[in-house]
Amino acid sequence: MQLIAEDLAIDRGARRVIDGLSFAVKAGEALLLTGANGAGKTTLLRTLAGYIRPFRGRVRLEGGDDELTVAEQAHVVGHTNAVKLSLSVAENAAFWNAYLDSGEDAELRVGTALRHFGLEDLSEFPAAYLSAGQKRRLGLARLLVARRPVWLLDEPTASLDTASSERLVAAVNDHTNSGGLAVIATHLPLALERARTLNLAAQKVPA
Amino acid sequence: MKSFWALLHRDVTLAIREGGAIGTALGFFLVVVSLMPLGLGPDLNLLSRIAAGILWIALLLAALLSLNRIFEADHEDGTLDVLATGPLPLELVTAAKSLAHWVTTGIPLAIMAPVLGILLNLDLAAYPILVATTLVGTPAVSFLGAIGAALTMKTRRGGLLLALIVLPLYVPTLIFGISAVSAGAGPTGLAASFLILAAISLVTIVLGPLAAAAALKVHLQ
Repeated sequence: MQLIAEDLAIDRGARRVIDGLSFAVKAGEALLLTGANGAGKTTLLRTLAGYIRPFRGRVRLEGGDDELTVAEQAHVVGHTNAVKLSLSVAENAAFWNAYLDSGEDAELRVGTALRHFGLEDLSEFPAAYLSAGQKRRLGLARLLVARRPVWLLDEPTASLDTASSERLVAAVNDHTNSGGLAVIATHLPLALERARTLNLAAQKVPA
Repeated sequence: MKSFWALLHRDVTLAIREGGAIGTALGFFLVVVSLMPLGLGPDLNLLSRIAAGILWIALLLAALLSLNRIFEADHEDGTLDVLATGPLPLELVTAAKSLAHWVTTGIPLAIMAPVLGILLNLDLAAYPILVATTLVGTPAVSFLGAIGAALTMKTRRGGLLLALIVLPLYVPTLIFGISAVSAGAGPTGLAASFLILAAISLVTIVLGPLAAAAALKVHLQ
């Protein structure tokens, strides 16, 4: 399986943010997007997820399910956490499990996801009482409540402490080791096992 | 289908836990209707003649108050982006959310309408018809309202704009809702008005989610 972007040109407003960008991310691989603020990291991720229609070029997932769009096979974690404050931590995770995954092995998956991000002791807590970092972890726990081959993460380490960042890195490594692929926009270096870096300012992928 | 029920269940749970939307709508309905006798004077014949119209107009305005939150809250916290990547087509997402709005706003308002009818000296024979027409008519309120809510999702203070978009669309529901209740005294007009009202609701249940989903797709860009 590989996620392929072909000759992408993306406009935001009247500005051409990305022009003539092509790359491929293979299964078992993570691609780190770097670049200054405004370089187009979020725009590129939202295009890969299918929210933004590119001006030219296209995005496809080779070896995926042809019946589904890329977005339907991808987890997208943006700047916001998609956490409902008046639901408890466990209810938030259980909803995403039921919605995204049709609730298979619901309790097991939700339990594993919350444990991985260190939220198991808070599971009955309303999400409104969580700190910013804990909400972020709950947002990231969505990655594990449903299985999807493509992860598109936008600044996933924002407001995370060092230990939580390591948990995230471990989750991404597990994901790529089991044949998934990830595209991650980040400013911080992440200790990923198999990662390439794409600097959007230079727009070149090292082989 | 399981995703649809999960979303519906979550929206109803949220509406009940947060409580604000239902409470505001019911409170507004009560206040507007109870102001009418004070403004119009204690002429019981006059009140009972215009009761159906007052109840329906107040109900529509009360429902408007909670419409803008249908998509706005999910858009603000990023939930809508994730819902769009789910197994449900966006049309069913908007349908589930409109249905949740009807369950949490339309049904409570429809149940409250006959209670407020007492304040307006509504004809006793008209009570069952009033409940039936409000229950049958309010789905149109929620499903048409969802179109306006989707269109104004990103506008700051879009509440007034939403009212301007949605209220004209409510005209058919209002006309046939009122005429069904008013015709309640005589048997001839009732069936016709009631069936047209039901038809309007059924059509909006089909077309509303399509239009709302189209609006959301533009916003997600």
